[in-house]
Amino acid sequence: MGGTGSDQTMNLTLNVWRQKNRRAEGEFVTYEAKDINPDMSFLEMLDVVNEHLISRGEEPIAFDHDCREGICGQCGIVINGSPHGPRGATTTCQLHMRSFHNGDVLTLEPWRANAFPVIKDLMVDRGAFDRIVAAGGFITAPTGNAPEANSVPVPKENADLAMDAAACIGCGACVAACPNASAMLFVAAKASHLNLLPQGQPERSRRVLGMVERMDGEGFGGCTNHGECEAACPKEISIKFIARMNRDHHKASLLRIFS
Amino acid sequence: MELKSNVPSGPMDQKWTKHKFDMKLVNPANKRKYSVIVVGSGLAGASAAASLAELGHNVKCFCYQDSPRRAHSIAAQGGINAAKNYQNDGDSVERLFYDTVKGGDFRAREANVHRLAEVSVNIIDQCVSQGVPFAREYGGLLANRSFGGAQVSRTFYARGQTGQQLLLGAYQALERQVGLGTVKMFARHEMQELVVVDGQARGIVVRDLETGAIESHASDAVILATGGYGTVFYLATYAKGCNTTAIWRAYKKGAAFANPCYTQIHPTCIPVTGHYQSKLTLMSESLRNDGRIWVPKMKGDQRPPNQIPDDERDYYLERKYPSFGNLAPRDVSSRAAKEVCDEGRGVGKSGLGVYLDFKDAIARLGEDKIRERYSNLFEMYERITDENPYKVPMRIYPAIHYTMGGLWVDYNLMSTVPGLFVAGEANFSDHGANRLGASALMQGLADGYFIIPYTIGNFFGSNKFAKVSTDHAAFKEAEANVAGRIKSLLSIKGTRSADTFHRELGKILWDYCGMARTEQSLTTALEKIPALREEFWHDLRVLGTGEEINQSLEKAGRVADFLELGELLCRDALERRESCGAHFREEFQDAEGEAKRDDENFCHVAAWEYNGEGKTPTRHVEPLEFESVHLQTRSYK
Ligand SMILES: Cc1cc2nc3c(=O)[nH]c(=O)nc-3n(C[C@H](O)[C@H](O)[C@H](O)COP(=O)(O)OP(=O)(O)OC[C@H]3O[C@@H](n4cnc5c(N)ncnc54)[C@H](O)[C@@H]3O)c2cc1C
Ligand code: FES
Repeated sequence: MGGTGSDQTMNLTLNVWRQKNRRAEGEFVTYEAKDINPDMSFLEMLDVVNEHLISRGEEPIAFDHDCREGICGQCGIVINGSPHGPRGATTTCQLHMRSFHNGDVLTLEPWRANAFPVIKDLMVDRGAFDRIVAAGGFITAPTGNAPEANSVPVPKENADLAMDAAACIGCGACVAACPNASAMLFVAAKASHLNLLPQGQPERSRRVLGMVERMDGEGFGGCTNHGECEAACPKEISIKFIARMNRDHHKASLLRIFS
Repeated sequence: MELKSNVPSGPMDQKWTKHKFDMKLVNPANKRKYSVIVVGSGLAGASAAASLAELGHNVKCFCYQDSPRRAHSIAAQGGINAAKNYQNDGDSVERLFYDTVKGGDFRAREANVHRLAEVSVNIIDQCVSQGVPFAREYGGLLANRSFGGAQVSRTFYARGQTGQQLLLGAYQALERQVGLGTVKMFARHEMQELVVVDGQARGIVVRDLETGAIESHASDAVILATGGYGTVFYLATYAKGCNTTAIWRAYKKGAAFANPCYTQIHPTCIPVTGHYQSKLTLMSESLRNDGRIWVPKMKGDQRPPNQIPDDERDYYLERKYPSFGNLAPRDVSSRAAKEVCDEGRGVGKSGLGVYLDFKDAIARLGEDKIRERYSNLFEMYERITDENPYKVPMRIYPAIHYTMGGLWVDYNLMSTVPGLFVAGEANFSDHGANRLGASALMQGLADGYFIIPYTIGNFFGSNKFAKVSTDHAAFKEAEANVAGRIKSLLSIKGTRSADTFHRELGKILWDYCGMARTEQSLTTALEKIPALREEFWHDLRVLGTGEEINQSLEKAGRVADFLELGELLCRDALERRESCGAHFREEFQDAEGEAKRDDENFCHVAAWEYNGEGKTPTRHVEPLEFESVHLQTRSYK
């Protein structure tokens, strides 16, 4: 039925990070994933493994997910060292087993970063991202204040570029991929989205200063231009946005000094 | 139970204006004293929570995901309607009102729909101010596209990610308030009970999904904005966690449940591939602007699509509905797809699929233009199916997508429990028996930004509130109930996981209460569901404890509620002995197979009252009157 159309199933070995809660020590445990259909999604493969575990009386593997269509940003597993696995521009939930081969051995880990504590097995706490947005990732426009929508034209190029940045799903793969666990791509995407629009101009400086300060306070590392974030991003957010935000941040810092 | 719609008097186009003026206000200094609980952070919940906090109320907001930004509104693709008439193609508030009432097959409350059409224009203004990057023309002005059930272009969009961008706008407004300390956000918390004190909704009991702690929260009003219940069918376009728990527990505390049988089946989803399938993925209706739907004329035609010549293809929607063609409304298109597949002309291995073909559009507009419009959808399709839709037509099939039914609300969006408001997909309010594309986003934001902030103020201004704390006996009792239910689920220690029960329930509903329903099929479902529920409570297996993250336990709780709701859904479908919108009873169709309404006997909302465990619920009726849009047979020919 579509897909590879292949009826050939495959068997894989999974080394999965199991950790009871925030405080517990974790360890890798090995499981067999048997009779896996290549048209299954990666998470459907884990569902199958979990059903087997439950029938054997073992606790299933906890992993985060919700929409399973690559947009909510809730899923995220490091598969053999790559956040969201081997396929570019693809979230874990949109990865299909046809990307793997019979006999593969896969290591599954949660995002690893100080600012994202593991709360169970493959699940982490990404609350830091919400706190960064609360520190400036918005345009102040209380309900009811808005002028007529077409009264402020926005050049299509800017709107399109803003949309490229706004496509971020907040999954945190950028942080997981970065050797410094920096959140620069996430912050830059939000700041650029809003700073590219005329509506975002009044708070342009406050926004970057607030978000960057919060990011540092949350314990994310600094950006040293490795570019791993862009490669891991399931929405292909460009690291050019980091340069754009750095300019804004630089300008805003100078303004703050002189005012 | 009395269903008082509280629709204001006066001419249709002045009701809302007049009502806004008549409503009581709360003095700015006193607003802080009124606390509101908002359950849900989707378009409806996030917009309500942010707007109420901006007004000065004291707000708590809850969601089950790890961040409010992940509510399932994020997945909406195609767009949002608004009567801006930017295209100068004859749109107006009146026309959007008319299209929505007609699209809903005359089963919605006119006054609510009119208000929705009125505030639609404010929504676009609001979202643009927040920085929602809608699609634009080269001149810098906003672009539009068309959607099913309308002959004007009134749909605003942000590539194929409109829901995402609208939700991020609302989420950012919400986070701004969190930063200001006016909203306290509780992510990874699931509502388990509504708490009613002296007949009024005064709080909720939640479970902290990380620690398992059972917590009470008190307030002066509660808003449920918890989304739709379509996951009762298991396979659906919803997120995996979508549930009915919040509205179901409210139903059991006295909130009437309206029209549960109105469940929308979306015509363009990626077909099922195997028994392991965990969800279905929508291909936005916007694709029908440029894609043409067809099946081979010949039964069992095994040729690859590109080898079937044009005159051997049946573009059945264009044939049957010449004036709307591929943009016929969802219920009509879904049934037409089922019909051709039932005739043996379906495509793909299972025979449950039809083609959605972009060949002509690509020839006319070029691949680049199509890529610009739909690239993310095409990529998603390719990731899932491993086929390239620029070269081979998509295969699509209908799937459960939206629920028009929900908790009954009056004109103020208040349920039959005073102080309990319901917003977004969780209420039954505006779409009648069938929702038009791009109208759910509109409704969610209308409810949250522009309706509830007024009507809740009126509720505070016109009532007295005794101080209620979480020490009250009603909270203690609700907490004990929650703890008891969790203990029961954990102590069955049977052999089957919650998922296996959920799949089985979904299959019963799809087979007997899906795209076509009969007296016989519904009676069968009403025998099978209680039996399955019985088995669930005897043979469920949930491992682990309640004092930790336990995803099996979360699922089990949701499935337990679905097993009850499923029964009510079938009962409602059985009692509605007519076809209307998405509710198609095979006994009631005209000679051409179109749905046949019975306005004489069923021109009403059916709202169900819970009567206690094991008792048959009572069916109440709110008669519908159509003074502006006259009752007529829907025709898209
Ligand atoms: C794939 C898809 C595409 C769509 N495309 C479109 C479109 O193009 N145009 C359109 O108009 N409509 C579209 N729709 C419909 C539309 O997206 C939804 O109807 C709408 O977004 C629902 O918004 P909501 O705020 O009511 O609920 P949701 O966004 O579902 O939010 C529900 C909230 O409630 C919370 N919640 C639920 N249960 C509990 C509980 N027990 N305890 C605590 N919190 C809880 C959740 O965490 C979440 O925050 C689409 C729907 C789908 C599924
Ligand atoms: S589950 Fe939503 S992005 Fe993967």
